[in-house]
Amino acid sequence: MPELPDRTTELGGETVGNTRCENPFMVARDVNVYYGDNHAIQNVSLEIGKKQVIALIGPSGCGKSTFLRCLNRMNDTIETARVTGRITLDGKDIYRKEQDPVALRARVGMVFQKPNPFPKSIYDNVAYGPRIHGLAADRAELDGIVHTSLERAGLLKEVKDRLDEPGTSLSGGQQQRLCIARTIAVNPEVILMDEPCSALDPIATARIEDLMDELCEDYAIVIVTHSMQQAARVSKRVAYFHLGLLVEVDETDKIFTNPQHKLTEDYITGRIG
Amino acid sequence: MQSTTLILLLAFIALAAFYLGRSRSLALAGGPGQIRVLHSLPGYYGYYVAIWCAMPALALFLLWTLVEPRVIVALVVKGLPATYQSLSAGELDLLVNNIQNLAAGDVISVDADAALQNAAAQFNGYAVRSRQLLTVLVVGLAGLGGAIAWRRVHPELRARNRVERVIRWVLIAASSLAILTTIGIVLSVLFEAILFFRKVPLAEFLFGLTWSPQTAIRADQVGSSGSFGAVPLFAGTLLITAIAMLVAVPVGLMTAIYLAEYSSQRMRAIAKPLLEVLAGIPTVVYGFFAALTVAPWVREAGQSVGLQVASESAMAAGIVMGIMIIPLVSSLSDDAINAVPTAMRDGALGLGSTRSEMIKKVILPAALPGIVGGILLAVSRAIGETMIVVMAAGLAANLTANPFEAVTTVTVQIVTLLVGDQEFDSAKTLAAFALGLMLFVVTLCLNVIGLGVVRKYREQYE
Repeated sequence: MPELPDRTTELGGETVGNTRCENPFMVARDVNVYYGDNHAIQNVSLEIGKKQVIALIGPSGCGKSTFLRCLNRMNDTIETARVTGRITLDGKDIYRKEQDPVALRARVGMVFQKPNPFPKSIYDNVAYGPRIHGLAADRAELDGIVHTSLERAGLLKEVKDRLDEPGTSLSGGQQQRLCIARTIAVNPEVILMDEPCSALDPIATARIEDLMDELCEDYAIVIVTHSMQQAARVSKRVAYFHLGLLVEVDETDKIFTNPQHKLTEDYITGRIG
Repeated sequence: MQSTTLILLLAFIALAAFYLGRSRSLALAGGPGQIRVLHSLPGYYGYYVAIWCAMPALALFLLWTLVEPRVIVALVVKGLPATYQSLSAGELDLLVNNIQNLAAGDVISVDADAALQNAAAQFNGYAVRSRQLLTVLVVGLAGLGGAIAWRRVHPELRARNRVERVIRWVLIAASSLAILTTIGIVLSVLFEAILFFRKVPLAEFLFGLTWSPQTAIRADQVGSSGSFGAVPLFAGTLLITAIAMLVAVPVGLMTAIYLAEYSSQRMRAIAKPLLEVLAGIPTVVYGFFAALTVAPWVREAGQSVGLQVASESAMAAGIVMGIMIIPLVSSLSDDAINAVPTAMRDGALGLGSTRSEMIKKVILPAALPGIVGGILLAVSRAIGETMIVVMAAGLAANLTANPFEAVTTVTVQIVTLLVGDQEFDSAKTLAAFALGLMLFVVTLCLNVIGLGVVRKYREQYE
């Protein structure tokens, strides 16, 4: 594989700011991802804290979604993808041999850019995860999980009389909240969100953002977003990616009021699109 | 003038009309730089003139060739001596036929007397005159139509809209052709079937349990009067179709799942074309594979476990038909599975499904409409399949559910009823049309149900 020029120095050295946090739950160390010959992300180290939201921002193609997909090994589904480095969840390497990616994904849930409810009823959508993981002993318990999950996703009021209708009959915003309910029904420890609001209108977006505020009381949330306002509203920390490098990580307030790196400043002031 | 020459001439005139119309529009506009003053591009004015030039002339030509023979025959018959005038319609037809043959210089069935010779000469005379008249009229009409259209070319003329309207009608005519042909086939089968049902009651045909279409041809012949209960044929068709589907659906579906979800790119690139080769083998080859290879094998296998197996068993035909249909099922299912969005796969995997859970619980339900559609198409194909069953399933119309006995199918009987010299007023021959009608009705129902299922699921899933 041709060695790519080391852009770290060119961009101004190591990641600036503070990649560490209190109570780290997931820790990435020197993570590199290759798609075939393409070195998609380089030497990324980042800590993800318990009960807080961290936002990954950066221009298109900067590697933030790629990094997100490393955290639950969704990159495994891409034949040409190769990941090096070390990512731990609660102290254990998730790329170690004994780690079953299926079990990992039950602990690290994911919400996708486009709402993708299954072609099943609302109830079955939420019950899908508990069923495959055998989380409920009987129907009553399953009902309970479905109701709590819908409740926590703020969707129960709107759908409780029509749980038998197909999930696809809901509006876009409702579908995305259904996908969030589906994810939390598995009772994960981390929730990854890949631009969860990019296909939604502002009102639906506001509801999802409120939801994130509530959910971060129990989960670690990693959100990829293109909207800096969204990052500012929902996250405690922000990580700025640029061309496969993690340029700067810090508390959200610091990043938006006093970015240390020139590239971060250019991006948040709108000079890099 | 010959028809072909005339058509070529007409095409040439139309081409000239195109250039004349185009250049006139350019001249009116004041040169190629000024075409903005025209409503349409110059080419459309050309097409406009060409259409007006060619279409009426072509219509006249077609009408003339349809009517011409009848008019000439009527004129010739009118000119015959009085003795011939009193002939019956059938005899007159024969006579006219002879005259036409004589005119063309062919051998005829009676002595060519003076009257006939005269009539043949007359016939040829009329034909020549008719052609001359047609040539003049067609060329004249083309010129006239072209000239009128040429004069009407004007910058404000909405030539493009008019040309497009004509094109739309041409497209409608083309798409009607297939539909009209289908209707024609249905009607022709229907009329013959009605003739059959005059001789054999519908209830006997639909519910009778004995099929033995041999009838005595002459009244003095010894022979059965025939028995037309089609139930054994339907049962045989169903039995073979069921066996074929039992082979094709699981194998085809599993092939599709493997190709779509598990195989590597390289494997897929090899396996898909190979499967398509299987689809390209002529059915007659499958037929002798069934009759010469599979049937003896089935018989031996059956005998080794103590079963009585006929050498032409439903099993052999069904298995081979199933193999033939595998590519159809697998490629349609493969398409359906591939059409399930990646977002569904990601969603299922992201929740911690294993690959097989994802396929069973998400991909297959989402792909179901396409898969069901594919299976129904395969059933249609199996019911209508002829060559394999002709060669491997036998002719004995046994009413049985035992797959190791010989059965016969609707298509096999249609073939045997219509092969060789046949008279079209006996129930035996007409029975083929009744069977064909049944086959058509069944496949039509299958398609309607299949489309209904597909639509229902699609509404639910999108």
